[in-house]
Amino acid sequence: MSNNLRINKNNFIDQTVRISFKFNGKKLFGYKGDTLASALLANNIHLVGRSFKYHRPRGIMTCGSEEPNAIVQVDKDPALTDPNVRATEIELYEGLEAFSQNCWPSVNFDIGGINNFLSPLLPAGFYYKTFMWPASFWEKYEFFIRHSAGLGKSPTKPDKDLYDHQYVHSDVLVIGGGISGILSAKLAAEKGLNTMLINDKSYLGGSTIYQDDDIFKIDNETSNVWLKKQIEELKKIPNLKIKNRTSVAAFHGYNYLLARENLTDHLSAHERKEKIRQRLLKIRAKKVVIATGAIERPLIFNNNDRPGIILSSSIKKYIDYYGVKTGENISLFTNNDSAYETAISLIKSGVKVKVIIDIRENSNSILSDKIEKTGTKILRGYTITNTGGYKRINSIDVMKLSKDGGSVIGNKITYKCDCLGISGGWTPMVHLFTQSGGKLKFRNNDNVFIPDENKTPSEQISVGSSNGDFELDDVINNTIKNIKIFLGLDKNKYENLDIKCSKEKQKRNIWLLPSNKPISKTKPFLDFQNDSTAKDVKLALREGFKSIEHVKRYTTTGMGTDQGKLSNMHALGIIADTTGTNMGELGTTTFRPPYTPLTFGAIVGRNVGEFFDHTRRTAIHDWHVENKAEFENVGQWKRPWYFPKNGETMYQAVQRESKAARESAGILDASTLGKIDIQGEDASEFLNRVYTNAWSKLSVGKCRYGLMLNEDGMVYDDGVTTRLGENHYIMTTTTGGAANVLSKLEDYLQTEWPELNVYLTTVTDQYSTMSICGPNSKKIIKKIIPSLNLSDESFPHMSFKNSKIDNVNCRIMRISFTGEHSYEINVQSNYAKDVWEKCINAGKEFNITPYGTETMHLLRAEKGFIITGQDTDGTLTPSDLQMDWIIGKKKYDFIGKRSLYRSDTIREDRKQLVGLLTDDPKEVLEEGAQLVESLEKPIDMLGHVTSSYFSPNLNKSIALAVVRSGKKLKGKKLIVPMENKNINVTITDTVFYDKENKRLNA
Amino acid sequence: MFIINCPYCGERDQTEFSCGGEAHIERPKQPTELSDDQWAEYLFMRKNIKGIQFERWNHIHGCRKWFNVVRDTSNDKIHAVYKMGERPPIK
Repeated sequence: MSNNLRINKNNFIDQTVRISFKFNGKKLFGYKGDTLASALLANNIHLVGRSFKYHRPRGIMTCGSEEPNAIVQVDKDPALTDPNVRATEIELYEGLEAFSQNCWPSVNFDIGGINNFLSPLLPAGFYYKTFMWPASFWEKYEFFIRHSAGLGKSPTKPDKDLYDHQYVHSDVLVIGGGISGILSAKLAAEKGLNTMLINDKSYLGGSTIYQDDDIFKIDNETSNVWLKKQIEELKKIPNLKIKNRTSVAAFHGYNYLLARENLTDHLSAHERKEKIRQRLLKIRAKKVVIATGAIERPLIFNNNDRPGIILSSSIKKYIDYYGVKTGENISLFTNNDSAYETAISLIKSGVKVKVIIDIRENSNSILSDKIEKTGTKILRGYTITNTGGYKRINSIDVMKLSKDGGSVIGNKITYKCDCLGISGGWTPMVHLFTQSGGKLKFRNNDNVFIPDENKTPSEQISVGSSNGDFELDDVINNTIKNIKIFLGLDKNKYENLDIKCSKEKQKRNIWLLPSNKPISKTKPFLDFQNDSTAKDVKLALREGFKSIEHVKRYTTTGMGTDQGKLSNMHALGIIADTTGTNMGELGTTTFRPPYTPLTFGAIVGRNVGEFFDHTRRTAIHDWHVENKAEFENVGQWKRPWYFPKNGETMYQAVQRESKAARESAGILDASTLGKIDIQGEDASEFLNRVYTNAWSKLSVGKCRYGLMLNEDGMVYDDGVTTRLGENHYIMTTTTGGAANVLSKLEDYLQTEWPELNVYLTTVTDQYSTMSICGPNSKKIIKKIIPSLNLSDESFPHMSFKNSKIDNVNCRIMRISFTGEHSYEINVQSNYAKDVWEKCINAGKEFNITPYGTETMHLLRAEKGFIITGQDTDGTLTPSDLQMDWIIGKKKYDFIGKRSLYRSDTIREDRKQLVGLLTDDPKEVLEEGAQLVESLEKPIDMLGHVTSSYFSPNLNKSIALAVVRSGKKLKGKKLIVPMENKNINVTITDTVFYDKENKRLNA
Repeated sequence: MFIINCPYCGERDQTEFSCGGEAHIERPKQPTELSDDQWAEYLFMRKNIKGIQFERWNHIHGCRKWFNVVRDTSNDKIHAVYKMGERPPIK
């Protein structure tokens, strides 16, 4: 460890607590308070990664979330490893293990580095242009391209960490823990407002907290001392909540924000145990203050990406906050006064600043005078034309800028250095502002986009440098003035502060700095992570891309994990310069959430595994489990699929169940079908309007099958409705359609027919339904309810009776979805399992066979009964289903009636439901398979198979299908082409079994 | 995500509601007397404007009542909420 890079100054690092960590397998030490980046720099490690495309060596460039280069893989555990984490944001903890990404075999020797030498062959759009031909080769290219691209590795095991969601409601939410955020939060909280301050760092105070020099003074104290006092006061306010290590990811409309709070990422493994790792805050705030600050811009010049080239403000933070020298021989390169602040900090800490290259012709602020006196050379009106070094910068070439800044003149001077600070001015962090719907305006004098106060959504305000105030006096004065209006405050103690700020505010803006070489021979990087250069942007413009959104995608500028926090402004500037447009007219690319990456863990919170979705179980579920049912998900319901016995396959079980149901007795848990209780004096009229058939004449105690359409005439749902009383019905719907049918009926009642006196109540969960079918079903019911008259005269098919099973009230319907003589018992769900077991016991002597959804589907297919959603898909009318009989032709109106004779619905060549028989009765078709008439190309697709089974009762394969003009094609031979064979089929009737319905009354 | 002031329950989060599309499209009283074109107008044609739009909303995870909302689709600002059958309070 190079101890000499760590200065012994009063800073924010606890040098009494040493922390060991590993980087690329090498054991290193840092101190409590370090980030991974500051600890690496203290160990004189700058090279941390390789760039995405050219694999150029890259070093730590910033100290915050804008870091494009120093993104690492943290942790080796396949369940916990985290890719693409910014080393500048990782707080050092004991045992931290981090690895470089995008390099092989190692960061020091990376084979992909060859791309750097091939770079003239790899311009923007290279992959798009090169791998287009021949098109069929893409699959072969893709493997290699995907293999060599990509940053970091995803975890391969389920995440072991815990994550939480929390709802937050506050009067005022302040985003940003810098000086403007602190003052805003303080004013809000002192007024008594319930305030939350969100700060993405582990400490409060932003960059002012380590600003320890008398060039900035507030009320005669250095700004850091003054701010510390404010923070101490702030922490004592009870109605203020401070969330450190929390980053706002998204700012939606109506002041709804999402923020990620890191709770354990800074702790060592044993301190993390059983703690929640991250919490997603879902915040609804009455008012929002955006105080997200600004980030420094780099400068764009030839070879501006070498390790050791760091933003000047970051060099300052490393020395002032972390006490780390980023080099022994540092030079600075700037277009504004910020670099001089860095120079003061460096010189005070004993670091030599050999030369400051300032592209401005003159800057005679108090600051620069102060520095010149220390012996640092200042070159005004100069620029850097090239840098030397490979894995670390070792020299800079400097030349005089021409008057217009477009070229260089004179002789080249070379300076040695091991670190170069660059400062291109500041960019306000307006991401959250624009996410919320705010519009930006361009400020020409210093080339920044700032929030347009006239196009700011209500109940929010931007303050401080995120609002374009970069110097201390402006920050404080404008924040106080604007917050006072925003919160409706009275006079306060911050209004007449004496603020001293010695900086010169002028800067000279040149987006792309010239070199003595032609641009084609230079590498001025714009987007460091994605390796796009100013050349690429110019190439895109030459190739005709005009929209900034297109240039962005073509060159991939701003599309890395840093989302172009450093690169976007320069890309825009270069586009504007090249095309002769004003940047304000050009606008920006869209800032999309999240502002900083979110983990999937935080997004899903506790909604994983069993909690991913609701699971609905019938009251009889436990019996099914005990009896080894295999389950099928139907919506949120768990339904028994089939009940395998003695190692049966699904096919074997379904064949056995289907046979048993027709030969003796079967029992099905039909509780999941939707049940809607309909009451009111207009109930009959209501049913008349929602179903296609007539209901007024249905007498009490009778059941009727109904088909429900959409207004477009297409079949929507079906089911049996029973008239329980004069003004009382119970409607059943399909399992999956239950909720939607209820909503649809409510909609019509409330909005179209409010004059109808009808009440709807869902009773799906309150009642359980078991259906007993087969020739012996009557005997079983007789055993359970001996008093019930089961004769066909007293209890005919499609009728209902109230009855009791051992004092349990039940409704018994004689309805059938299998074509067999059957009964449906409905009981209150808390009695259901009991009654079910009673049926099973009573049926034992008749070999009563529980069956699941698969057998149900097979039995109804034998009868040609449709399943809405399987045989229908929202494009079939009743007529298409050969169900014209169910349309009440005499009815004046019902939902969808008018659509049944639209020109499109009366076409004869619509797809229509038919039956299919395979020429080989053993051949079972695949559901979804296509039907064609001939195999001659081009092949005309006539339709597809919707249901297909092997019927044990008919001992042959049967299928339902929808076929163009199918109704007319009975007897026609068609072909089902499959991958390795063609199956010959014949179109038939849809009813395969018991066409005369004799078994219903058997 | 916006907040909707349900006329029956008060202010609630948008997640409690579902949108039912354009408001004030009345189902024809005598559909059988309409031409295909007239029926198609009712059945298919809906406005999708950037700006002030009249919409039907349902408090589906609350009181389940339908009501009307006047919303500016460009910024989601809700200008008025009123019950079914009532006249829009603004043009």
